[in-house]
Amino acid sequence: MSETTSRGLGRLTRRSALVAGAATLAMPRIGGAQPAAVKIGVIHPVTGALAFSGSQCRLGATMAIADINAAGGIKAMGGAKLEALLGDAQGRAEIAASLVDQMAEAGASGFTGCFASPLGLAATTAAAKYNIPFAIDSGIVDAITTRGLKNVFRLFPNLSMTIGGAMPALDAINKKAGSPAKTAVVVHEDGEFGTNTAKQQAAALAGIGIQALELLPHATPTRDFTNIVLKIKALKPDLVMITNYQNEYALLSRTLVQQRVDLVGTYSILGGGFNLKFAKEAPTVAENMMDFNHWYSVKDPRSAAFRKRVEDSNNIITFEVIFGYFAIKLLADAWERAGSAGKEPTIEALNTSTFSDHFMPYGPTKFVNGQNTGSQAVALQIQKGDMEVVWPDAFASKSPVFPRPKG
Amino acid sequence: MNAEILIAALVNGVLTGGVYALVALGLTLIYGVLHIVNFAHGSLLMVGMFAAYMMATRLGIDPYLGLPLVAAFMGGLGWLLYRFVIGPVSRGEDRAILLATLGLAVVLDNLALVLFTGDTRQLETNLTFTMAEVGPLLLSVPRLISFSVSLALAGLLWAFMALTDTGRAIRAVAKEPEGAKLMGIRPERIFALAYAIGIACLGAAACLLLPSFYVSPYVGNVFVLVAFTIVVLGGMGSFPGAMVGGLLIGVTESIGGLYLGESLGPIGISAVFIAVLLLRPTGLFGAVR
Repeated sequence: MSETTSRGLGRLTRRSALVAGAATLAMPRIGGAQPAAVKIGVIHPVTGALAFSGSQCRLGATMAIADINAAGGIKAMGGAKLEALLGDAQGRAEIAASLVDQMAEAGASGFTGCFASPLGLAATTAAAKYNIPFAIDSGIVDAITTRGLKNVFRLFPNLSMTIGGAMPALDAINKKAGSPAKTAVVVHEDGEFGTNTAKQQAAALAGIGIQALELLPHATPTRDFTNIVLKIKALKPDLVMITNYQNEYALLSRTLVQQRVDLVGTYSILGGGFNLKFAKEAPTVAENMMDFNHWYSVKDPRSAAFRKRVEDSNNIITFEVIFGYFAIKLLADAWERAGSAGKEPTIEALNTSTFSDHFMPYGPTKFVNGQNTGSQAVALQIQKGDMEVVWPDAFASKSPVFPRPKG
Repeated sequence: MNAEILIAALVNGVLTGGVYALVALGLTLIYGVLHIVNFAHGSLLMVGMFAAYMMATRLGIDPYLGLPLVAAFMGGLGWLLYRFVIGPVSRGEDRAILLATLGLAVVLDNLALVLFTGDTRQLETNLTFTMAEVGPLLLSVPRLISFSVSLALAGLLWAFMALTDTGRAIRAVAKEPEGAKLMGIRPERIFALAYAIGIACLGAAACLLLPSFYVSPYVGNVFVLVAFTIVVLGGMGSFPGAMVGGLLIGVTESIGGLYLGESLGPIGISAVFIAVLLLRPTGLFGAVR
């Protein structure tokens, strides 16, 4: 494994130790008929504002490489080992694209990345010049796979699929409880992401019999949510829907509890701060909050073992780790099927892939124009400090607590 | 607009303004004595917040109880920074000190990223959800504590500056360093002390903010712009200016957010800022030249 970055040596943490383990396993044997290693460009923002999420993706990717190598590499290629070319995109699209060029020159047979959509858009465009297969891990905007790039594949749902799935999920949860939610207020950050998502939500709410009382935008950063919460309190909605980023998500959620807003529930789509760390750091606030987001199938026993492994290494399990892991597994599966790391055979293998060696709440993959149409996000709820899948029923680990208990 | 919400917004603005004032107090002290604009102010606030966070999570010390410790730690850090970074650089051209404080901010931010990653952390204390019921209003007790302690600290700082020999020495150096030197005062020591006190104020502000806010390597950016606004609005180097400016900005932000929406609310701050500077270019309490 080599680091393609100008930032010098990385930090020495447990995460690094895990990565170093992957590196050791990725090293080719000296002597013998060892087939050439298959190089994978692993591009994420591991410094800068997106460092946490980018590092989580990288952790998943390096774990997958370690696992594949430990299991004998790509068997159809004589046990060829995988070698990670690690790149730090620093949260900048031009650097992500430049890393692709450098890694292509270094012999990368595939790419994965880049956590954030702008980075993914730039990097996939750059990779298309070389027609090198690119397995997107996290990067949700539809455009990543709708620009006609033949080399780009996304195992996970895009934004349209996620928003499209969120309202039926809310409808099902609400109806199952006797439709206690009839009105909602949508609080959103005032950028493109929040404004567009909020408008789509408000329009879709009418279709499931919930009236959107008001859309309340806020700037990022917002230091205090008391005014917004007092407005919500005056409007007396049943539901508060939140579309913003991590910091504001935490502050708004806390203020709702402090001001004792009486709600049937809160429901966010891709909630910026909705994760296990939030559940542990802010248990009073987080309990019974709901979010429509990416997660694994809690019922699948492999997921529990994976989570334990991540947590035992003193890391947090987030969807980024899982995405990073399975994006690499998808590429490796294609190389197994193709029996080669050649560009055309790999792309063909991905197009016809029925990859199912995962514990996501999906069936086998079915790629249409690079997007896995069989993927879906799920409705999640924090219950007793843990993340539970509450919809769809087929993957639900717990029934939703809805309406949430008073007081 | 519902009168209850208006009153709540007004009170909330005052409470928030108190903490803004404490953040600005350190900045105005450093400018008033050293005549440098400390661009590392936000990053040093972040360091203070992480110190308070680590103390709470690792040692179990409540941020309010740990305030003296964090303030002392930050004061010591400020002293060291002055002796080894700010002081040596400030003997050169003015732009060198600007670059030095900017560079310090970059180093601190990235150090925090390496140590803590870019993730946001928050703290639930015993008081996080304790609310004081005042008529129809629910006032957050952590915010009431923050406001009260900020006022008390500002008062103590004022008394220290006005009534003690060291305070008088600081004021003398701020006004006329050469004259102060002739009176036996060592300006370099006073500069280091003023910088340390300014940074200690940030340590106190960090402990007061943490229970009702979050901490991340970039949290300083959320407060630093508003602190600069307060310092200029109140009059650069003026203590009363920082206090009144903080309260004014807190109330303006809150009422602006209420009437213009939280997206457009910050326009209110800019409007008040421009209006005050048009009428009084040296700020509310700045010396008229």
